[in-house]
Amino acid sequence: MQDAKDLKQKLHPSMLDGDHDYASVTDKISDITLKKRTPFGWFIGFGLAFMVAQLLMFSVIWLLANGIGIWGNNQPVGWAFDIINFVWWIGIGHAGTLISAILLLMNQKWRTSINRFAEAMTLFAVACAAMFPLLHTGRPWLAAYWLFPYPNTMGIWPNFRSPLIWDVFAVSTYATVSALFWYVGLIPDFATLRDRAKNKYFKFVYAALSWGWRGSARHWHRYEITYLILAGLSTPLVLSVHSIVSFDFSVSQVPGWHATIFPPYFVAGAVFAGFAMVLILCIPLRRWYRMQDFITHQHLVYMAKVMLATGLIVCYGYAMEAFFGWYSASQYEVFMVKNRIWEGPYWWSYWLLIFCNGASIQLLWFERFRNSEFWLFTISIIVSVGMWLERFVIIVTSLHRDFLPSSWAMYSPTMFDWSMFIGTIGLFFTLLFLFVRFVPIISIFEVRTLLPEAHEHGHHQDFEEKVNTVQESDDKA
Amino acid sequence: MSSPASKTNFASIRDSILSQNGKEYWRSLEEQADTPEFRKFISEEYPHEIEEWDSGLSRRNFVKVMGASLALAGLSGCVIQPPEKIVPYVKPVEGMLPGTANFFATAMSVGGVATGLLAKSYEGRPVKIEGNPDHPGSRGATDIFAQASLLGMYDPDRSQETTFRGNPKTWESFMTEVRASIEQNRADGGAGVRFLTETVTSPTLIDQFAKIKTEFPNSKWVQYEPVNQDNVFAGTKMAFGAPAQPIYKLEKAERILSLDADIFSGFNVAYIKDFAAGRALTEEKKDINRLYAIETTITLTGAKADHRLAVKPSQMGEVAKAVAKAVGVAGATSAYTENSAWIAAMAKDLVEHKGKSVVVPGNNQPPIVHALAHAMNSALGNIGETVVYAEPMSPGTDKTQVEQLRELIGDIDAGRVKMLVILGGNPVYNTPADLKLNAERMKKAGTTVHLGQHFDETAEHCYWHVAEKHFLESWSDGRAYDGTVSLVQPLIAPLYDGKSIHEVVQLFFKEGFDKKDHDIVKEYWQKADIKSASPVAAKVENKTEAKPAASAEAKPETKPETAAVTTPVAEVAKKEAPKPEATPAAAVAGAAPKSFEDNWRKAVHDGVVPNSAPAAKTLTATTAFMSQPEAKPAAGGSLEISILPDPSVYDGRFANNGWLQELPNPLNKVTWENVALISPRTAKKLGINLNNDEREYVGGSQGASFINTKGGNQFSDLVTLKYQGGEIQKPVPMWIAPGQPDDVVTIHMGYGRTRAGKVGTGLGYSAFDVMRSDAMNYGFGEIAKKGETTTVASTQIHFNMEGRDLLRVWDLEDYKAHPDMGHQHDEYPKSMYPYEQHQAVYNENYKWAMSIDLNSCVGCNACVLACQSENNIPVVGKEQVNRSREMNWLRVDAYYSGDINDPEGPHFQPVLCMQCEQAPCEVVCPVHATVHSAEGLNDMVYNRCVGTRYCSNNCPYKVRRFNFLLYQDWNTPQYKLMRNPEVSIRSRGVMEKCTFCTQRISAARIEAEKDGRKVRDGEVVTACQSACPTGAIVFGDLHDPASKIAKVKKDHRDYKLLNELNTQPRTTYMSSLKNQNKEMPDYKAPAPQKHAAAPIADTKKTGGEGH
Repeated sequence: MQDAKDLKQKLHPSMLDGDHDYASVTDKISDITLKKRTPFGWFIGFGLAFMVAQLLMFSVIWLLANGIGIWGNNQPVGWAFDIINFVWWIGIGHAGTLISAILLLMNQKWRTSINRFAEAMTLFAVACAAMFPLLHTGRPWLAAYWLFPYPNTMGIWPNFRSPLIWDVFAVSTYATVSALFWYVGLIPDFATLRDRAKNKYFKFVYAALSWGWRGSARHWHRYEITYLILAGLSTPLVLSVHSIVSFDFSVSQVPGWHATIFPPYFVAGAVFAGFAMVLILCIPLRRWYRMQDFITHQHLVYMAKVMLATGLIVCYGYAMEAFFGWYSASQYEVFMVKNRIWEGPYWWSYWLLIFCNGASIQLLWFERFRNSEFWLFTISIIVSVGMWLERFVIIVTSLHRDFLPSSWAMYSPTMFDWSMFIGTIGLFFTLLFLFVRFVPIISIFEVRTLLPEAHEHGHHQDFEEKVNTVQESDDKA
Repeated sequence: MSSPASKTNFASIRDSILSQNGKEYWRSLEEQADTPEFRKFISEEYPHEIEEWDSGLSRRNFVKVMGASLALAGLSGCVIQPPEKIVPYVKPVEGMLPGTANFFATAMSVGGVATGLLAKSYEGRPVKIEGNPDHPGSRGATDIFAQASLLGMYDPDRSQETTFRGNPKTWESFMTEVRASIEQNRADGGAGVRFLTETVTSPTLIDQFAKIKTEFPNSKWVQYEPVNQDNVFAGTKMAFGAPAQPIYKLEKAERILSLDADIFSGFNVAYIKDFAAGRALTEEKKDINRLYAIETTITLTGAKADHRLAVKPSQMGEVAKAVAKAVGVAGATSAYTENSAWIAAMAKDLVEHKGKSVVVPGNNQPPIVHALAHAMNSALGNIGETVVYAEPMSPGTDKTQVEQLRELIGDIDAGRVKMLVILGGNPVYNTPADLKLNAERMKKAGTTVHLGQHFDETAEHCYWHVAEKHFLESWSDGRAYDGTVSLVQPLIAPLYDGKSIHEVVQLFFKEGFDKKDHDIVKEYWQKADIKSASPVAAKVENKTEAKPAASAEAKPETKPETAAVTTPVAEVAKKEAPKPEATPAAAVAGAAPKSFEDNWRKAVHDGVVPNSAPAAKTLTATTAFMSQPEAKPAAGGSLEISILPDPSVYDGRFANNGWLQELPNPLNKVTWENVALISPRTAKKLGINLNNDEREYVGGSQGASFINTKGGNQFSDLVTLKYQGGEIQKPVPMWIAPGQPDDVVTIHMGYGRTRAGKVGTGLGYSAFDVMRSDAMNYGFGEIAKKGETTTVASTQIHFNMEGRDLLRVWDLEDYKAHPDMGHQHDEYPKSMYPYEQHQAVYNENYKWAMSIDLNSCVGCNACVLACQSENNIPVVGKEQVNRSREMNWLRVDAYYSGDINDPEGPHFQPVLCMQCEQAPCEVVCPVHATVHSAEGLNDMVYNRCVGTRYCSNNCPYKVRRFNFLLYQDWNTPQYKLMRNPEVSIRSRGVMEKCTFCTQRISAARIEAEKDGRKVRDGEVVTACQSACPTGAIVFGDLHDPASKIAKVKKDHRDYKLLNELNTQPRTTYMSSLKNQNKEMPDYKAPAPQKHAAAPIADTKKTGGEGH
């Protein structure tokens, strides 16, 4: 048995701790939704988040009633918190897609226990992000449909040369595919919940959501193909969405925006921010719901390593931005770099950004910090702040001083800038709390495949045995 | 309605309604609803809802009223509706075509100087002010005050009725009561009657006052306004023995020395025009004038000067003497020893240009400086050449206005005044502190009458207040700066129950006291006999007498000789006025003796009375005044404080004008308030605005908050300011002004109004708190920091060009030696798309383009307001300006260069939409709201705009303006009348910007298409172009090789702003030139290395290396 354990460790190093079998995995995860009493803390958390989300609702109503003049945006700084928040949220969403799609295609088993809520995070982040491109316009009631191409009596199409139109397509495609991917992945689990639910309402809802899933081989076959196709679709999206978002900037000619490095730099930044957010979410989650067996220590370490890697790419981006500024020999670019880094009034935001995204992640080189939940959580928070600052630096410090010094002005946010931003965080957590309560936060059937029993090449089990066990457990369920 | 009681009630109400005249039924119902009987009826019918009935109109009540109305209406049966007659234009008004604008000549007077204007009118409402090309004082251009006067007329805060102690009265009751008190004063010849007016040059009004003098020989007429010509007349009196009005001929002057004369600010566009004529560098005219400025506060004149010397106000007298000595004025000695090399070199230059130079003293300089200037002009042989003298236009100049006011105040204090008639002006606000016409004195002044456009500080303390008609509503006349009489005709029936000054003065006559202003003015001119003159003769004479050789060289405003068509501006004067008085010019131009009526109609039509300028006086300057001691304000305090009129709101009379309030101060771009100016060195010494970033050349100190409650990051230290012992009541925000002499503070008048109206009340501090009759212009004082700061709304916060090639200023000699040094290399061959291909479309059409000559531009701001008026641009208010959201489509950028303690400039650069051929805004708009027209304009489709602001972000010139909030006032009815119907009103959430006045282009195109021809050069004149006094803006079709614009664009000075971005702007600039004197100690040699690339290497050069 010893060598089997070693092998297990080698194949799937601590991807599943504890002594689990199919039944215990299913019990443990589905109990959160079905059996356990909703913890008191959930109500507090949900209540708080919901209250903060009301701030968003109020802000949006005020915004629609009065116009975006309630924000601090002004003449040179046409975009500020609105687009910062948009890019930030979209970036956060990336980790979910990356985990679910790219890691799936690369056959990285450790994704299985975190992909579900990472994908949920993606969806909620995209929901938060998607409202900004619409609400940041002066007349959202028109933008809501004029930005989409449809045959109309006016005979006008949107301007396909504008990156904002590309954004519309990119974000809407991304949101659709992410939602589908998430939902398709949920179908077998919804079926499990349907089968286990005692409450007839729950049973009904889950039954509806599971689309008659019976777990037949044909179902599984179709499922695997669909999931693979969706993963294939999602993979380019991970790269394309943020590339296109970055085109909003790089296609323009504002010094500080007009840079060829933006697409890869933005994608790396997005993954970086996304993993930080996954860590922020999963560290408390695994503790509160005692999911350490499924989201193991090793998961955190892996995520920390991804964060370090992408963080270093982002830092390379910062270095390159400064280099390009100098190398361009364009006085506007040179000025922009100087203004951004030390001469301008927003120099502090740049150095804060370097601290958050550059300095803080260097701790992750050390095992001690990678192994500490506290440090991982803290660094993730710092990185999230840093990624927000990165967008602030790119958007505000580039716009506030561009070509004609006569038009330069300062930007400072108003109360409503903050309330919109904080409000979206409230919305995000509201959705997340609902998700935690009603949907299995970890993919049950995928975690089951991590069990040694599921491994067809395991020494102590042959294939037949495995199939039997699976059937057994399904029967049990 | 079951109870019999209620039935009776109902019946009685019905009866009472029906018993009244049926035609008044609807009115009766409303009135009935308020009667106690009706209330009682309601309370019995609906006892528990009576309270709701009382509380205004809620939805519930509305329904109820509807129900009640119906019930009652049903009972009353079929009431015959009152007959209404709809009278169409059976006989259309002559010349009136709905949707077509007419132009009427009129004139606006400020400070006794009339500027001839043409008001554009749609269906009887003026919507835009243009200059009158036939008027010597405007010659087609305008100043900011004239442009803003339109808003002044439609100001909803204007006083609307006659009041007695604030209560509305009829004009008739005023007439009766005032005439009764006049009769009481007749016995002693009106010994207790005082008239207080502003400076009056109106011949009709002067005649009326002369008549009053015969009827009331003992009455007195006092003229006072804080910005006056006292020093001018006192100075000429010193120099010549009698007051005279100097009239400068700047276009003939090759060397100009300004002794603190701000000739480019204020309301005299003729001087700016003349200066620009002498400044123009054309192929024919290779020499340009040179401007020296010795001044105490940085002004537009100093900014434009080739050499500028900043001195303290107290030194000006001695400096002027030093200059006088240097130019050879006999008997001049000076105690001023500094800057001797500067003065010597400058004086040498003046002497070398005898008869072609001019010394211009500023109105705020003491009489001695004026006298010295006249002596210098005499010594330089300039009198009769570059300066002529005329009799003062206004009577009573042998006594200064301050003296007149002093007498009046003395009379009031002594109780000799029984009736004080204040006609215009706001003396309670703007009299000096020691001669303040305060509430106490107003009480002593017996019957007080005030005529004014606003119920202002003065009206508040008068028994009677009569609403004054705006000049666009009344008949009057006035004299231009050169004495030419300008006639004022109304454009619109008075909006409110106003009276003109002539009508109020007329009340004092025994006979014909109720005449209308039209009759008064016309009768005067009938008596004075308007001389007949053929239009050509009139023009020639006008020019020889008033403006010799003026506008002989082609200026943009000069009409093309061939033009017979009617175009908005160039040909306005030919447009026929639809007034019955006005007869077509052609008819008048016929031969034979003309009746008065013909001449009158022609004069009204043209706006000027021909040959009315006074003849030049022959005067000889004496130098006896040299021995007179200079009257100086009593010393005290460590700082010298200079008081100037505000560049935007002048002496405060325009305080309630939002356009002027939001118009950035030309030099420091401050809006909505007045600040006190201080030099950077003194600021440092006194610890003022310590966070100021010197590199930015901006006046405030920086700071940014991360939750923005007020917007803006320009903070000013507040101080208490003491002047000649007095203290300004409100705290004074300090502003660092590069170019200000050390230890000198400059404060501006016109703010601190307490009753200006919704716009102007409560803004800024009042300089009149401390101004003294013996220190009207400067004095001594000190400032003490209060330890508080305030935000100041400034539209520009960075005046340093950061070494960028944006505003080119070249040395004239250098440019002549290397004319192609600014050559730019076009980038478009590098485009991925074949340029010719997309040009093919454009080749068939007009190619509109603009050029702005920075050498001519003096930064007067007239274009900014012309654009605002033409294009219905809203005012956003101080808080929004603070947040950098001002809406002006056209702004004038200002940049300093050099050391902050001895800066050059600021130089000015009007920036509007460049109409790029490769517009960065167009590609990024997701909804095609900004697109390129076939004529090359970058069109803005407001209806399509969703407001992403991406276009603005991508616009390198930052000329786009976004409606962050609902800035337009959709409700005030007056503003609805004011707006240009040809330009749509933008709502919130929409981006807007300059369109090259596309509505004017369309109008010209339609005219041309009707005639089956192309639009002629000069037929389209943009709003900014027509307002510009210097003719700096040229606009036209680049495809027409003969056009002015095509020629101008070939000039070596022509350059594109940010050429290296390859936006290919249709708007280009002409480099400014500095005509420096090499012998001057402050001569700045042009940087030599710049010329290394002078022979253009076409492949390498990317433009922008010019300077």
